[in-house]
Amino acid sequence: MLGWLPEDVSPYGAGIDSLFYFIYYLTAAAFILVTVLMLIFLFVYRDRGGRRAAYTHGNTSLEIIWTVIPAMVFIGLGLWSKSLWEDIKLLPPDTDTVVKVTGKQFNWEILYPGPDGEFGTADDKQVDNDIRVPAGKPVRVILASKDVIHSFFLPNLRFKQDTVPGRDIIGWFQANKPGKYEIPCAELCGFGHSGMKGWLYALAPDEYQAWVDEQWPPPAASNGTTASYSAAGMTETAQTTAQETAVNLPIATETTPIGE
Amino acid sequence: MSDAGAVEAHDAHAHGTHHELGFIRTYIFSTDHKMIGRQFLFSSVFMLIIGGLLAMMMRWELAWPETAVPLTSWISEPFMYPTDDETAAGAVDALSEFVDPYPGASFAKSLGPTAGAHMDPAFYNALFTMHATIMIFFVVMPFMVGGFGNFLIPLMIGAGDMAFPVLNMLSFWTAVPAIVLILWSFFVEGGAASGGWTMYATLSADPTLSGVDQGVNLWIISLLILGFSSLMGSINYITTVINMRAPGMTWFRLPLVIWSLFVTAILLLLALPVLTAALGMLLFDRTMGTSFFLPSGGGEPLLWQHLFWFFGHPEVYILVLPAMGVTSDILSTFARKPIFGYHAMAFSMIALAFLSWIVWGHHMFLSGMNPVLGTAFMLTTMVIAIPSAIKTFNWLGTLWGGTIRFTSPMLFALGFVSNFVIGGLSGIYMAVTPVDIFIHDTYFIVAHFHYVVAGIIFGMFAALYYWFPKLFGRMMNEPLGKLHFALTYLFFNGAFFPMHFLGVAGHMRRIYNPLQYEFLVDMQWWNVFITMSAFCLGAVQLIFLFNFVWSLFAGKKAERNPWQANTLEWTAASPPPHGNFETAPSVHRGPYEYSSPLVQEDWLPQDRRLGPEAAAAIH
Repeated sequence: MLGWLPEDVSPYGAGIDSLFYFIYYLTAAAFILVTVLMLIFLFVYRDRGGRRAAYTHGNTSLEIIWTVIPAMVFIGLGLWSKSLWEDIKLLPPDTDTVVKVTGKQFNWEILYPGPDGEFGTADDKQVDNDIRVPAGKPVRVILASKDVIHSFFLPNLRFKQDTVPGRDIIGWFQANKPGKYEIPCAELCGFGHSGMKGWLYALAPDEYQAWVDEQWPPPAASNGTTASYSAAGMTETAQTTAQETAVNLPIATETTPIGE
Repeated sequence: MSDAGAVEAHDAHAHGTHHELGFIRTYIFSTDHKMIGRQFLFSSVFMLIIGGLLAMMMRWELAWPETAVPLTSWISEPFMYPTDDETAAGAVDALSEFVDPYPGASFAKSLGPTAGAHMDPAFYNALFTMHATIMIFFVVMPFMVGGFGNFLIPLMIGAGDMAFPVLNMLSFWTAVPAIVLILWSFFVEGGAASGGWTMYATLSADPTLSGVDQGVNLWIISLLILGFSSLMGSINYITTVINMRAPGMTWFRLPLVIWSLFVTAILLLLALPVLTAALGMLLFDRTMGTSFFLPSGGGEPLLWQHLFWFFGHPEVYILVLPAMGVTSDILSTFARKPIFGYHAMAFSMIALAFLSWIVWGHHMFLSGMNPVLGTAFMLTTMVIAIPSAIKTFNWLGTLWGGTIRFTSPMLFALGFVSNFVIGGLSGIYMAVTPVDIFIHDTYFIVAHFHYVVAGIIFGMFAALYYWFPKLFGRMMNEPLGKLHFALTYLFFNGAFFPMHFLGVAGHMRRIYNPLQYEFLVDMQWWNVFITMSAFCLGAVQLIFLFNFVWSLFAGKKAERNPWQANTLEWTAASPPPHGNFETAPSVHRGPYEYSSPLVQEDWLPQDRRLGPEAAAAIH
């Protein structure tokens, strides 16, 4: 396997990468076949005088062969592509970690639902360009935009999705390895498009818990019996809601005022 | 048809006395399809130079971000360089952090004052927006469709002129204000349009979001006007091909270049109204307070993308089909061999045209469109790859067994095939939805569409070298043409192939400074390499410009049929007079009867009448 793509830390990236490399070998073979044939023909059949070109208008069986073979290759590729795409897009894993990312010229606005797992409550926390998630766990991301179309791109997680004003788009990603990953904006969003980026911090479980405790300090009165908010502490309501929307159909929700 | 032929014959005689048409009627407001074709050619070569220079400035910025572009200090402040010193200084500081690791940085710095003189990011956005707009709408389309479509259709079907000569003249003179407006848009307050040639809403639909107001309005109005120009042309082409073919010129005796222009004209006729409607809505959103694309008023940003790409994908075939037709004709002529699988070639163009209407969603896999639709568009895209593959193999089949003559037009046609193979194959990566997740909106797509669309330049050069004798009555210089080909081919690949590597590394398109991203810093030397190649690619076009201008005035006088080709235009004088043919041609066979056993020489023109003994000789 070649190693041209950036490091992959996602659960489905291996599938994407092997499909990429398969297409690479396929297209390289087709390219070499066509180019070598062309060069041979150009050399062998160059005009040296004294020879007359073959007078032929085509060859039906040859033409059928080179129509049917590519057609079969493309059908096979289409089926492979279809099943992988559906695995990634239509079958998101269950998760209790949710974060809302809103693109705005020219920052990523990150909103955490807090211990209650619901947006729009007092314990929500909002920061710019800095996402903390637990490594090794799927994260449901709700993508929105305040102004123009942006594109939330995580090269190392093989994730990319446009954010569209006027709708919330549900996606999911997972970082299998703790680390710091760049989040560029991949869709032209205005004069500050270049340089619009954030960082994703995938934290090891204990680090993540420490960060959660720091953000949402557990009630001081607890005497050990009350569990602090954990990474898994999402309420049942929120989980149900999330599962209902998990078909990943883009759902138009509230309209976002533009130009504010 | 025979009546028309008789009229043509009379006209041809009468036209001998038409030379006293004044300068203005001959060269400016001409109704002669050949002059209109030349007008389109010259205007698109002019725009090609502008579009190319915009690309050079862009490439400088990408290789040595935020340094002063050489030779641009005469451009005054509001256009190119920000007046805000604070931003400028901040940006330079950010750069110096990364400056050392990549080659040429010190070279770039030595060229001029850096602080305060780097390009404004908004100007960079305007560069790629206008580069694409100009190259697509003002270079490739007018060159191939307006220029060669006009010049070739009547000549190759054996007609004296277009069906509607005055409409034809209007078509060119409608394009002129479009050119003026698009160039003017650089000089209005706020600068030229900077939302990308795709002009995605909502960035384009609300002037406050991009900071460009009149620039985008002018962009819209210019394309609206240009749409009318193309519409007039396409109606004319369709009518002419259907009604004015010479006696004996049946549909399947048409040269493939005429097939390609005919199919292109139908696509134009059907696709342009979609663009016109979308542009109209966008203009209303911007200026009259409607909300077709603005969610704040109940609009839908994705509607723009659907409309734009519903026009935009047929547009790709509007651009590439004529180049395919030109290539087919030239390969057959210089392989001295009939085109391999004529019917498959014609039908695959029709198939491409039909399928081009149902693949637009492959531009939108990650747009927020329902992922199930993504699968559907992935499958239609796989289907459209099949006719493209057929064409490539048939071109190869045409070379097989030929006696190949390596003239300049032949080299450029082969170059087109080579680029089309790479561009076609790289399209598969994007068509496959899961892979597109990663390479969407990266330099991989930039590489892909430059191999296809900028690759059309090879088809354009092939056409120009091939028909130059017929256009201007003189030959272009062959050794210079071959040198031009060799260097163009080399630097074209040097400029565009490494973009695949950048794309695979995740390098986003339309970014102003790649060094702002840590994961791209290691790849920066490829940007330098690409820029060097692009500059060389631009520079070697001076060979062409010299050859073109020199040959116009001092090239060897061309005979009627310098390439020993079969199609009807070569039976007319070089250049053909008003009315084209001395006697109306009649057609006896297909366009590709090279090396036919019926005759001694290895070509057999479409209009040559053979005696019965020749027919007997073969049996």
